[in-house]
Amino acid sequence: MSGPNDRYDPKEVSALSADELDAAVTEARAAFLAAGDLGALATAHVAHLGNHAPVALARRELGALPPQARADAGRRVNDARTAIQAAYDERLAQLEAERDERVLVEETVDVTLPTDVQPTGGRHPLTLIQERVADVFVGMGWEVAEGPEVEAEWLNFDALNIPAWHPARETQDTLWIDPPSGGVVLRTHTSPVQVRALLERGAPCYVVAPGRVYRQEALDATHTPVFHQLEGLAVDEGLSMADLRGTLKMLAAAVFGPGTTTRLRPDHYPFTEPSADVDVRCWVCLGASALPGGEPCRTCRSEGWIEWGGSGMVHPVVLASAGVDPERYSGFAFGMGLERTLMVRHGLSDIRDLVEGDVRFTLSLGRED
Amino acid sequence: MRVPVSWLRDYVDVGDVDSRDIADRLTAAGLQVERVEFLGSDIQGVVIARVLEIEELTGYKKPIRWVRLDDGTSERHVVCGASNFEIGDIVAYARPPATLPGGFQIEARKTYDHLSDGMICSGAELGISEERDGILRLPADLTLGDDAVDALGLRDDVLDISINPDRGYALSVRGVAREVATSYGIPFRDPADVEVPAPDTTAYQVSIDDPASCDRYLLRVLRGIDPTAPSPRWLQRRLTLAGMRPISLIVDVANHVMLDVGQPLHTFDAGRVSGPIVVRRARDGERIVTLDGVDRQLDSTDLVIADDSGPIALAGVMGGASTEVTESTSDVLLEAAHFEAVLVSGAARRHRLGSEASRRFERGVDDALAPAGAELAVRLLQQLAGAAAEAPAVDVDVRPPRPSISLTADLPGRLAGVPYSRETVERRLREVGCEISESGEATLSVTPPSWRPDLRIPADLVEEVVRLEGYAALPATVPTAPAGRGLTRTQRLRRQVGRTLAAAGYVEVLSSPFVDAGSAHRLLLDADDPRVPSVRVANPVADTEPYLRATLLPGLFTTLARNVGRGLTDVALFETGPVFRHRDSPPPPRLPAGVRPSDSDLAALDASLPDQPQRVAVALTGMRQRPGWWGPGRAAAWSDAVEAGRLLARTLGVEVTVSADRHPPFHPGRCAALHVGETLLGHAGELHPRAIAALELPAGTSAMELSLDVLLAAVPDLATAVPVSAYPAGSVDVALVLPLAVPVAAVESALRRGGGDLLESVRLFDVYTGSQLPSGHRSLAFTLRLRALDHTLTSEEMLAVRDAAVAVATAELGAVLR
Repeated sequence: MSGPNDRYDPKEVSALSADELDAAVTEARAAFLAAGDLGALATAHVAHLGNHAPVALARRELGALPPQARADAGRRVNDARTAIQAAYDERLAQLEAERDERVLVEETVDVTLPTDVQPTGGRHPLTLIQERVADVFVGMGWEVAEGPEVEAEWLNFDALNIPAWHPARETQDTLWIDPPSGGVVLRTHTSPVQVRALLERGAPCYVVAPGRVYRQEALDATHTPVFHQLEGLAVDEGLSMADLRGTLKMLAAAVFGPGTTTRLRPDHYPFTEPSADVDVRCWVCLGASALPGGEPCRTCRSEGWIEWGGSGMVHPVVLASAGVDPERYSGFAFGMGLERTLMVRHGLSDIRDLVEGDVRFTLSLGRED
Repeated sequence: MRVPVSWLRDYVDVGDVDSRDIADRLTAAGLQVERVEFLGSDIQGVVIARVLEIEELTGYKKPIRWVRLDDGTSERHVVCGASNFEIGDIVAYARPPATLPGGFQIEARKTYDHLSDGMICSGAELGISEERDGILRLPADLTLGDDAVDALGLRDDVLDISINPDRGYALSVRGVAREVATSYGIPFRDPADVEVPAPDTTAYQVSIDDPASCDRYLLRVLRGIDPTAPSPRWLQRRLTLAGMRPISLIVDVANHVMLDVGQPLHTFDAGRVSGPIVVRRARDGERIVTLDGVDRQLDSTDLVIADDSGPIALAGVMGGASTEVTESTSDVLLEAAHFEAVLVSGAARRHRLGSEASRRFERGVDDALAPAGAELAVRLLQQLAGAAAEAPAVDVDVRPPRPSISLTADLPGRLAGVPYSRETVERRLREVGCEISESGEATLSVTPPSWRPDLRIPADLVEEVVRLEGYAALPATVPTAPAGRGLTRTQRLRRQVGRTLAAAGYVEVLSSPFVDAGSAHRLLLDADDPRVPSVRVANPVADTEPYLRATLLPGLFTTLARNVGRGLTDVALFETGPVFRHRDSPPPPRLPAGVRPSDSDLAALDASLPDQPQRVAVALTGMRQRPGWWGPGRAAAWSDAVEAGRLLARTLGVEVTVSADRHPPFHPGRCAALHVGETLLGHAGELHPRAIAALELPAGTSAMELSLDVLLAAVPDLATAVPVSAYPAGSVDVALVLPLAVPVAAVESALRRGGGDLLESVRLFDVYTGSQLPSGHRSLAFTLRLRALDHTLTSEEMLAVRDAAVAVATAELGAVLR
């Protein structure tokens, strides 16, 4: 397509003519449009923007032009090339969008397929309730105290003002470690931790002690020989039953929900004086079942209240056994069964569910709520 | 204690209040009313009727009567299976439609070929006695057609009260009535406030040998009792309502007095008692046949009432058969005594012989009550059984004086958190029965009443004031604790352990810590293994499981098997907690209560306990990764158990080394020991097939058990940050041929040491064994990731690191680059 090689009188070659360039642009546009996929477009790219494309050849001829003609022709060639490139880019974007669309459709999966490759784990509801309560008290500045499950008789009984002849020490209540006269028991309550905490820390002392305890009892729907208690103890100057009441209200709200009503009822424990039982207002019937003509309530057995735990002001003998001066310090203590707490809280009817370790049961309750 | 409200009303005029209200007030005052029974309220349509005519029906297996009745307005016919009545008798007639206790509906119905228009009721059917064999025959003065519930006084409410061990006085209508009067603020009439005759030491010869165990012994001598006199219906009904069975007039009278005022009484047949009565300790070898017919061996811990023949009663617990009153008894020795509480409770438990009397003595009986209690019984026997007017009393009274308690007047208010006025404190204590003598401006000298032996220290008096003022009136305040230290490090780390295992798919269990002796055998443990159970419960819950666990595994395996048995095939469980291991130690020192033990005594207490280390364990079976559309899944294996241990260590920042070991109950070729430094942490792996068979677990079951104490102690105090390089990493793969016996861990360790600081990580990505390798060898392919802190590594540097790493593996282990 090169013109005659006439060095003295360079003249325009046809490739640089406006018509030729327009035609090249028109052809390129048509070719790009005709390309149905990215492969065909690549081929068309070579033909119309490659090294041997008309605009490329035209650019090469520019050098042969006389200077006065070169600027004009150069602009025409550039315009043509820009137009072709724009047409290509547009088509490329179009075809890529079409491809992406198609691929994403092809890659679509059923997102409802099961995904549980590894079975789920969880912690035991008794562990969670212990942590939950501990956290509430730690938030108030209390600490979490611990003690051994196999415990000295003195700490489990004597120091708690339960004298040697007390029925609680009998073998129908207490599990004794062999030899039976050896002075070692499976702790029957978490109360020995009270004494340990006082012995270790002295007064003032604010501790909760969740833990496992043991009684000589056969396993049935409402009893288990191995169960868990939560013990609380506060010893300081000037503590009163009003402090006990307020603390229990707060604990009830933390465990059963805000607004839970509690009541204290006189009772007897050797290690507290005065002593009180803690009842929680039945939140199912709100006490209506206990009124004349009330609908029976299964949750509270129509008593209107649910027995939750024991409490009281620490007996002077207990304080003295732990080396705390009962003339100067007073304190309160409380204790509740955690299995019972969970049974009431979740409406469970059989304590064995908490004991047997069936993973279906544990997973249903083994989460924060 | 079952208290009929009608009985209460004899001593306190509560007026027209609902029994539920009485119950609520008693509960608030500390006498917990478990239940209120509304007797008679469920009886309807039962009327007074007279028997007009009786026709004996024949041809049936038992005698059947066809009875014509007059119910005041009409004549009715009923079929009756009882024969204890005659024409003219007054009966209780259930006239259809009628309702009997328990909701039984009575309609006219055809029976024995006759249409029975209702029925004639027995005492049991009306719920007023135990009498089932015959119908109830009523006094002739009743009006025909009247409602039987009203005419017979069947309507009564009964309070069922749970009595605490410190409230012996409430085991009587007298004690409960006093509380009712106090809670309503109304007067109380004391049934024990009766005139008693002056004691007459000549009436009978009585002595007390052991005044510490019996400080009062009163005897009344009654003669001329009509042994055939029956208990009147009111007496039987009261006893029945209170939960006791009527037996005979003399016994019923004694029981009535006991329920009424709380004084246990005992009656001896005077004709069968020989010689003087002595209250003394039993002599070793002595025996007694008690009223329940049991021949009992006695020893010097037993207190007995004895005559010339030996023991004739077990003091405070039960009388003897040899002096029992019988159907021919006319002369009686009536005992009203005061025995020491601990002694009686010990005897009752030792002989497994709880009685109404022992229940009361255990909780404390009013020691001033004996004369009044006896007098009440004497009067009833005179009135109902014709006992002679002369009933002389011997009263051996060696009671110590009652001590007084010094109470700081503001103590009740301080302990309650409510300021009580001094007047309030004094009034409440007087309501309880205390006598108060002013002893100073700030202190009261308080003498508790004879019926409150439980009041011993100031705090006891505080409880009386607070309970009567009402626990419900206490304010609620939350005390401010000093700043706490939060959870301890161990407590935080233990939570981390639980969360880590739960997140890894393990479900926590809290299994029973009781195991049988065979548990060690099933785990294939040697006799000297510390995991053999060694702490034994003297009185186990189940005789088959007398030991406490010395390893967590048996409980985990039992729970695992239970889950598998319930069709849950893929199970992974974990447990943390103490195990119990015997250690030789002296028995704990015997220490008194109320005194802080010395530090060395406390140390001795702790030393007397078994070792109770904390452990963590997992057990798993079935599929660790489930099969599904993603592939065939992966069965739980030894590697998961090892990984559980490694995961814990990694999460807590503890470096562990894993090595092959042989350790029951694990498969000898699939058992890993985990160490922290030189300290053994625990073991993990697949269980030995013999253990699996013995434990009845699925094949391939794997487990891990570590010492939680060792693990947590190894957690570094302060985590240190690793410097992070922002320069690009390079990676080089090496395949090393090694003998099969060389563990991967050793190769990794050699590569690491050889690679030095520039070697960021070593990861095994392929294990190959095959014909292209020398026999007994395998090829291990590792990716070494390399990186420098301060520059981009050149390929020369990377190859140098690789060569250095391989060189160590070659030098130490004979690795050959493949």
